[in-house]
Amino acid sequence: MERFTALVDALVYTRSRNGKLRLIADYLRTTPDPDRGWALAALTDGLDFPAVKGSTIRTLLMGRVDPVLFALSRDYVGDTAETASLLWPGPEEATDPPTVAEAVDALARMTRLSVMGDLAALLDRLDANGRFALLKLATGAMRVGISARLAKAAFAQAFDVSIEDVEEYWHGQTPPYRALFGWAADGGPPPHAGDQPLFRPFMLAHPLEEAAPNMAETFAQHWAAEWKWDGIRVQIVHAGGETRLYSRSGDDISGSFPEIVAAFGFPGVLDGELLVRGSHQGGTEGGAASFNALQQRLGRKTVSKAMLADYPAFVRLYDILIHESEDLRTLSWEQRRKMLEAFIPRLDPARFDISPVIPAASLEELAAIRERARDDAIEGVMLKRRDSPYVPGRRTGLWYKWKRDPLLVDCVLMYAQRGSGKRSSFYSDFTFGCWDGDPDQGADLLPVGKAYFGFTDAELKWLDSFVRRHTVNRFGPVRETDRSLVLEVAFDSVHVSKRHKSGLAMRFPRISRIRSDKPAHEADRIETLRAMAKV
Amino acid sequence: MMTGTGLWVRAEARGLHIVPADCWIDPPQPVETALVTHGHADHARGGHDHAIATPETLAIMALRYGVHDRVTPTAYGETLRLPGGVDVTFLPAGHVLGSAQILLEHAGERIIVTGDYKRRPDPTCPPFVAISCDVLVTEATFALPVFRHPPVEHEVNKLLAARAANPDRCVLVGAYALGKAQRLIAELRRAGYQEPIWLHGALERMCRLYEELGVDLGPLRLVADAAKADLTGQIVFCPPGALNDRWSRRLPDPITAMASGWMRVRQRARQRNVELPLIISDHADWDELTATIEEVNPGETWITHGREDALLRWCQLHQRQARALALVGYEDEDD
Repeated sequence: MERFTALVDALVYTRSRNGKLRLIADYLRTTPDPDRGWALAALTDGLDFPAVKGSTIRTLLMGRVDPVLFALSRDYVGDTAETASLLWPGPEEATDPPTVAEAVDALARMTRLSVMGDLAALLDRLDANGRFALLKLATGAMRVGISARLAKAAFAQAFDVSIEDVEEYWHGQTPPYRALFGWAADGGPPPHAGDQPLFRPFMLAHPLEEAAPNMAETFAQHWAAEWKWDGIRVQIVHAGGETRLYSRSGDDISGSFPEIVAAFGFPGVLDGELLVRGSHQGGTEGGAASFNALQQRLGRKTVSKAMLADYPAFVRLYDILIHESEDLRTLSWEQRRKMLEAFIPRLDPARFDISPVIPAASLEELAAIRERARDDAIEGVMLKRRDSPYVPGRRTGLWYKWKRDPLLVDCVLMYAQRGSGKRSSFYSDFTFGCWDGDPDQGADLLPVGKAYFGFTDAELKWLDSFVRRHTVNRFGPVRETDRSLVLEVAFDSVHVSKRHKSGLAMRFPRISRIRSDKPAHEADRIETLRAMAKV
Repeated sequence: MMTGTGLWVRAEARGLHIVPADCWIDPPQPVETALVTHGHADHARGGHDHAIATPETLAIMALRYGVHDRVTPTAYGETLRLPGGVDVTFLPAGHVLGSAQILLEHAGERIIVTGDYKRRPDPTCPPFVAISCDVLVTEATFALPVFRHPPVEHEVNKLLAARAANPDRCVLVGAYALGKAQRLIAELRRAGYQEPIWLHGALERMCRLYEELGVDLGPLRLVADAAKADLTGQIVFCPPGALNDRWSRRLPDPITAMASGWMRVRQRARQRNVELPLIISDHADWDELTATIEEVNPGETWITHGREDALLRWCQLHQRQARALALVGYEDEDD
């Protein structure tokens, strides 16, 4: 438990992603089984001990500490587990700390009747930091800023294996992941997936830079183009009689989209874009609603009938990875496309259709088509080499995304906040606004977005110094500026949103230029931005 | 007891008032005669007509505010007769160099004002002396049972280990310019660290004064005189406010550390962007506060500057007469 405790503590204070990766990788490399597997599960929220709840800890403490002193302490510390770890009348030094495996085993055995005594006995063997780590592990709320993806990346880094392999083998394994460590750390065979509906890592695209290698010359022969739909990329899997819908990060989102899951019953793995029916993207004929509509459906544990009726979801298919039990990923895109086209008639057209190939004979023609795509509110186009196998991750030279040019609006800098990590001495998060009327007639600025990238290091230095010289108010880490600087903000799209005072929400806003030449009253008005929003 | 003491020492808006002598203890505004427990800015202010304190505290005040017109240096243990028949004695408080408790004796009653204090050994100042009294006026900065400071050696080892593990970075320690910085430097020396220690300019004069007053701090250098590469693998000290300031950009990829009792609470450390929290305080922790009350065993305990509620509750639970003084102007965010 000491090493796990040290890891948890270090993660709390480490802000940079690379720093966290290094810490976890070191731990995984140097800690024996099964402790490292349990630790990995704890970090990725994979553990659940029904007998131990936040209220259990409170009750446990009430028997040992004066309730008033507990309440005063809890108010100050702001976290029940941490308060308990500090207040526990236990030893300063851990006397006989359990291993992580021992602790997990003991926690799993606890019942509502035994928990008060058993948990106390565990706490008595640990010092304050150990008690904190144990209580966090026990209540399943580590909150140390580790996503499942980051933990997998750390695992890959620890044993010098590819993250795609880790993602593929991870699914279907359970803590403490002995087979996974056996494969990565000890050179054993990869864990066998068996007949289960597992996630396969996605193939991703590079952004298309100005000079893609020979693309113009070889376009007709080697490249195919498709629309880039604005939904979320999903994978639908059916195996062993079960169907699962996975998001790009490998999260199981089947529960939020029961109508999709119910409509797919053939063994296989398909790749596509999850969308909601509508006319926002791609016109009324076979169109899709805006990303906003899809957002209504995301993250829900239960889906009401009204939701299903108002926001009917479907998947626009891009690719096929596995058909029956045959893995097609080594075949060319062209061959897979033929298989997909042959497969489509077996699917319910209300829930599945195919993303059409754009008939363009040359890159110039495609460029012209892409220009017109804005009217159809489509994000851009995808370019895929016809001979590309389906390889996990972003492989150079195979797939490209060619987003349409961003929208631009001139905003006024209103607030700036300090960044974190390397940027902790810089004001690097900028909130900007547009005028809610004619600024010469007394109109006010309303915040319309926040951006923390898009600028160069030199521009960041300049912005930081500007913020310091033009501060009119301070609120903790935030400074309000004198509203004199115009920023040209680029964004992919803008949507109506009830959550923002301006009634608008931008997607992917970034600072594209500093317009210190432009007076603030000439910045854009809210109406300009609103006109760019489609429904 | 309550009525007796209430008459001759009172908590008023301008501080603790010794009525018969018309003197004030640690007044936040300039007064005619001030008794000053120690040199921290929330206790020692400039502009008094007459300042009474230990010679070290007066030297610190002179450095910060310039020389007072009239001062009465009073060594530890020396008793001074104030007007109105009040005897005052300064006793070591173990907080920072020159820090004192103030023992007041009048009409057969003894009142001790602890000022800020700690019970742990500190190589830069003499240890706290516990003396019985009728009224103990105690500080309460860390008066919550969650505050238990670990042994200082433990935290010094953490600092040295971080330095050793990151040879291509430097460790930047935010520490209070008076007391904490010098104590931690002295503790590093005690642990055998003999490399030069680099200082932010704001720490220089106070470190020099400590050395003049006989505290050996080993080789010290100024960051202003260093090239970035000189600081790789080194330990640098700065005031807490400079930790995330533009100033720190001149350092080679610093690990930000902060030496403070507040670092016991994770969220406090995270709020300050601290990577390496060092739980080192110059104040008594919960156990020391409560143990001191039991040891001194006063008839009555007055609680001031800090978290009065929790210590008041503890006194109630232990059947001790206590009250919270509503003194304004004391906060110690950086300890």
